[in-house]
Amino acid sequence: MTESLASEKIEDIEIRLLLEALYTRYHYDFRNYAMASIKRRLRQAREQLGFPNFSAMQESLLHEPSMLPRLLRYLTVQVSEMFRDPPYFQAIRDKVVPHLRTYPSLKVWIAGCSAGEELYSLVILFREEGLEDRTIFYATDISQDALHAAEAGIFTLDRIPLFTENHRKSGGKSSLSEYYQAAYGRASFDKSLRRNVVFSDHSLVTDAVFGEMHLISCRNVMIYFDRLLQDRALGLFEESLARKGFLGLGAKESLRFSPHAAAFADFVREEKIYQKRAD
Amino acid sequence: MAVRAEAIVMGASAGALEALSTILPALPEGFRLPVMVVVHVPPDKRSVLAELFQAKCRIPVREVEDKEPIAAGTIYFAPPDYHLLVETDKGLSLSSDEPVLFSRPSIDVLFESAADAYGAALVAVILTGANQDGAKGMLAVVDAGGRAIVQDPDGAFAPAMPQAAIEMCPAARRMSLSAIAAYLQEV
Repeated sequence: MTESLASEKIEDIEIRLLLEALYTRYHYDFRNYAMASIKRRLRQAREQLGFPNFSAMQESLLHEPSMLPRLLRYLTVQVSEMFRDPPYFQAIRDKVVPHLRTYPSLKVWIAGCSAGEELYSLVILFREEGLEDRTIFYATDISQDALHAAEAGIFTLDRIPLFTENHRKSGGKSSLSEYYQAAYGRASFDKSLRRNVVFSDHSLVTDAVFGEMHLISCRNVMIYFDRLLQDRALGLFEESLARKGFLGLGAKESLRFSPHAAAFADFVREEKIYQKRAD
Repeated sequence: MAVRAEAIVMGASAGALEALSTILPALPEGFRLPVMVVVHVPPDKRSVLAELFQAKCRIPVREVEDKEPIAAGTIYFAPPDYHLLVETDKGLSLSSDEPVLFSRPSIDVLFESAADAYGAALVAVILTGANQDGAKGMLAVVDAGGRAIVQDPDGAFAPAMPQAAIEMCPAARRMSLSAIAAYLQEV
């Protein structure tokens, strides 16, 4: 090998510096994101925004604030579905809801809510189960774009057949079409679904606990974090949850590799639903 | 001269089961290298690949969970509906980013990240398939100094994918399935 082992690839140096600049200048902290994914997204941004290299992108980012939202769009993009993984929502309905019923009031946190697919899924499920009125839903994300999209509750009509099928498979007790109006190729979800929802800018990387939760659903968000950052977020969830509160993760996420594993018990193992231990 | 191989990545699509059934069960007990595999599977299915191959193979077979550390001599399948990536600290990450060439998991995504992580110590294998996924990824592997192996399109169930890889990486070695199985035991 001609390259010295100690030498970092130039592109890696540039990416590290770019993320440092993004943090120092704008306080968006992607420094501990899983690097393989962030690198892919940054390469895509660099190509499509037309920069010859990441140093040029960094210069633009530092001097032109208008570059920030354009870059963030690439870094915060999330692709989800309503009722993604129907068995997860079935398990929430059949196994978690009976416990939640015993509380007079509930707090649910959808951490990393993106465009709101998971939020609307849970609100609809809670309405079907008669729990919506006693629940406050906190929908948080670091992306203003995402929060605006979630608050608007509008999805393109071509996604609705999948959402409908997922809802049905998850044990839905109503028809999804009761909750939206279709027009001009878009499905606009009913604003009554948002009456108990608080939308808020919150970062799992830099922000703190803001309330005592009974259920936290954070699916396919932490897969973008490195292990250090995952541990921070899981610590935040552990602190935020009430005794015997529930934590739902994505289908291929696990507490197995985390030091926080001991604070949780498997509740529905195959659906990655955990319960905070009582002590 | 050649760098000692540290990992194998493999991609297959149409006809994958049969091709992998020739290669993976042939890996001997005590095999040293981790093998990361992307097979195009429908997103809505709970994958049975890991179970299926665990029954046939002599080394451990797993479906990846996010941030799983890579262990020697283990076969890792990408789960359906997630991209599989290798981190430079030799851990495995998943992503829900957009499909690439209509595929999630994508062979390109695995190969490109593995090329970053392993450089010249990587062996990449493209098998049968009916699309172009993996060709770009294989180029990244070759550019990083890694070894490129392609199933001979002439014997492949679906020749398009190996053909695309060969066109993008003319230096890739064409081999039959049984030759690939033998080669991997020697690397």
